[in-house]
Amino acid sequence: MPGQTNILSIKTAPRAVLERNAVNTATVTVQLRNGFHVNSNKPMDDYLIPLRLTWEPGGVEVLEIVYPEPRLEKYDFSAKPLSVFSGSFDLITKLKVPANAQTGPGMVAGKLRYQACTEKMCFPPKTLDVKMQIEIK
Amino acid sequence: MLSRNAAVLVLCAALWASSCSRPAHEVNAASMTPEKDRKPAPDFTLRDAGGRQVKLSDYRGKVVLLNFWATWCAPCRIEIPWFIDFEQRFKDQGLAVLGVAMDDEGWDVVKPYLAEKRVNYRVLMGDEAVSEAFGGVASLPTTFMIDREGRIASVHIGLVSKSDYEDEIVQLVKNAAHSGAVPVTDGNRSLVARAD
Repeated sequence: MPGQTNILSIKTAPRAVLERNAVNTATVTVQLRNGFHVNSNKPMDDYLIPLRLTWEPGGVEVLEIVYPEPRLEKYDFSAKPLSVFSGSFDLITKLKVPANAQTGPGMVAGKLRYQACTEKMCFPPKTLDVKMQIEIK
Repeated sequence: MLSRNAAVLVLCAALWASSCSRPAHEVNAASMTPEKDRKPAPDFTLRDAGGRQVKLSDYRGKVVLLNFWATWCAPCRIEIPWFIDFEQRFKDQGLAVLGVAMDDEGWDVVKPYLAEKRVNYRVLMGDEAVSEAFGGVASLPTTFMIDREGRIASVHIGLVSKSDYEDEIVQLVKNAAHSGAVPVTDGNRSLVARAD
């Protein structure tokens, strides 16, 4: 049984060149180990902990987080299919930089909260730090 | 709240290698640790939903099904009705089901769930220390079957079948005659006094 630190990892940290007064995107690519899944951002039941990417307030305005299309999977422990992510998937952040923002490099800090399971067991919810390197033009 | 899986590897190697080396769902009564090789379950003190302190050693003389779980854990929710059934059917034969909830949010989320499911056995609020004491409970559900002498007879990591539990319970409660235990009632709590 692998350690939980190995269950989910950030495959590609977001790095974005941002234009002022325009909608930009930054992508976080997540990799889950084989045999594991996480609840999607919209699980089927209230008690399930959703995957959630959040960014701390700063010099950019986060407009939307676009999550991938979840898969509906049936497991031994659930009477109905669950809405999950597995394998490798992208989380896309749409963001805007104010027209008067200072140009140059910067960093936006974020957090990725998730709760992973296999077909037989679940692991405690965990929150990963995510850093988005930005260059404002 | 829970520790890393490295501790589980230590747990497997040190105490329950036979159980952990195979998929949890294959564990059955026949694979319980032989009595002579069983290790004592670590004692602990935790609070129940009513705020009362409960020690594992209070249950010496009983067979204890000690289940680590959480409300967010879907496989755990499958097992809860089984444990309600076991508590009902085997209580008079000396079984005590004890739940240890590992929710970070505490009783605020656990109590409503217990009420909704009409859980008939005692549930305690777990902590990191108890998790560590049991070798590092890294995933849920994890369930320890503890014999009347307070020794760990088996461990189930992950969802197993109801019949696997039942086989073990039947075998463990059968050993009443050897335990020298005399049941004692203390209010709503079933305690056990040692006769020796």
